[in-house]
Amino acid sequence: MVISEAVRERIEAAKARFPQPRGALLAALHLVQEELGHIPPEAEREVADLFGLRPVEVHEVVSFYNMFHSESGGRHRVYVCTNLPCSLRGARTLLRHLESHLGIRCGQTTPDGRITLGHEECLGACAYAPMMRVDRTYHEDLDPERAVRILDELE
Amino acid sequence: MGQRVPHVTGYLTEHFADDAFGTLAGYRARGGYETARRVVTGMSPAEVIETVKASGLQGRGGAGFSTGLKWSFMPAETDRPKYLVCNADESEPGSFKDRILLERGPHQLIEGILIAAFATGAEKTFAYVRGEYAFPADCLERAVAEAREAGLLGERIFGTDFRHDIVVVRGAGAYICGEETGLLESLEGKKGQPRKKPPFPAQFGAFGMPTTVNNVETFCHVPHILARGPDWFRSIGTEKSPGHTLFGVSGHVVRPGLYELPLGTRLDEIIFEHAGGVPDGKKVKGVIPGGMSMPILPAGQLDVPMANEYLRERKTMLGTGGIIVMNEDTCMVRVACVVTYFFRDESCGQCTQCREGTGWMNRIVERIERGGGESEDLAVLLDVAGKMEGATICAFADAAAWPVQGLLRHFREDFEAHVRERKCPFPASFEL
Repeated sequence: MVISEAVRERIEAAKARFPQPRGALLAALHLVQEELGHIPPEAEREVADLFGLRPVEVHEVVSFYNMFHSESGGRHRVYVCTNLPCSLRGARTLLRHLESHLGIRCGQTTPDGRITLGHEECLGACAYAPMMRVDRTYHEDLDPERAVRILDELE
Repeated sequence: MGQRVPHVTGYLTEHFADDAFGTLAGYRARGGYETARRVVTGMSPAEVIETVKASGLQGRGGAGFSTGLKWSFMPAETDRPKYLVCNADESEPGSFKDRILLERGPHQLIEGILIAAFATGAEKTFAYVRGEYAFPADCLERAVAEAREAGLLGERIFGTDFRHDIVVVRGAGAYICGEETGLLESLEGKKGQPRKKPPFPAQFGAFGMPTTVNNVETFCHVPHILARGPDWFRSIGTEKSPGHTLFGVSGHVVRPGLYELPLGTRLDEIIFEHAGGVPDGKKVKGVIPGGMSMPILPAGQLDVPMANEYLRERKTMLGTGGIIVMNEDTCMVRVACVVTYFFRDESCGQCTQCREGTGWMNRIVERIERGGGESEDLAVLLDVAGKMEGATICAFADAAAWPVQGLLRHFREDFEAHVRERKCPFPASFEL
């Protein structure tokens, strides 16, 4: 079993908040990903068992949503918003700067397993651009130097 | 992060600079929940719906449908449970108002939900917050817990038979879940692929039950309308589009941010007087007036009042009020690249016209930007966009087609120059 007993209990509690248990599927997948860092096929099968679904029904949900990851990544996931309002204010320049600072391309993970760098569509910070999301946290009104400092402080 | 307040405030946001306003005690100190108490203890549901109808409030999530009318579609006599959904899946590029409403005024939202629940007879609200909004969702969760603790949610609210509860639900990153039936599918734990309509959500919504879906900002107007009356609300804004709204201004302006202003405020007033105009003394080239799905306006057409009845005359719409300003250096083919990439990435894949059309448009504009465009490409682009419009289950395909049509309507010369010169002739434009 890859999903812990503690997470299984939280999934059962989440089911009770919906008229039909399946309503808690996204919440369950968030919980699993918080615990494991990503959602491997074994976890999909275990979640399917918990919800009485076929594994493919869980997989199609995992693969539909951008925030669910089937593949493992770095300890931190960093996303630069590259949609139009951010791009107008230098988001792509920022992304290139972070790529060269980390020595990886967008979509890759640093060799030490510390950071996976990506880009994301609009994150709702358009007036505070450019910005990046580091795991749960938004960092806004960035310039390349400050963004690099934030990344360098990540463990 | 997080502590963002509008540059111009009004009845929705006047207390947003006060951290305490986000707490139950602070909200109550400003008279919070007194309107809901008066409504629940002294009015009938039908009277509340009539009041909201009379106010002329239009949904603030993009479509601009009459809120009171939407509520009246909920069956009054039914044994089935009824639900509300608060659409906090704010994902429209250029739009960030709902986030600030969640972060700075969650109790105002809850009070609006309570009044809507009383009016429609809904026993539960699912507040669907986009997955990336972890902090705003936390703010709402905390406020819901406070309200539940204080008896403002749960059984016998205000000592009456009225009961209601709010469940905060997190999305997981999909623009299409802002479409109301895509949201309902997601809420049920499925892929967020929009449903065919009819049946409409008021008959067959969340978990098959009668459901009304309203945007965060829409709910936030409701306590003010019930407190001060429909005539007061109608005295603000235009005759057809009453009330304030939150305009988000981004891109090439001196003071990007949120501005709470009456509907009908002129676009050039918002950009030049409120947001300080374009930095470095540059001129405006174009402005997207209502979030990225809405067609662009050229610099010569900024004298338009920001309300749908005026914007439609210029072949665009208010959308979510997200104003994206582009300076004179901007390459509109690069803009088309960003826009079409987004829609290609976010198409749910259900309808052929949309799934294939968004990719097709994106490949063509990227080729033009690289200098490989042919003169027929512009006709093909318009042909693809025209075939996507109105041909699919939801409005996403229209939202993908309109910006491309708008860019070609007003900035065709940018595209033609790329084809002619076989390169991008705008070296000073934003980097792609």
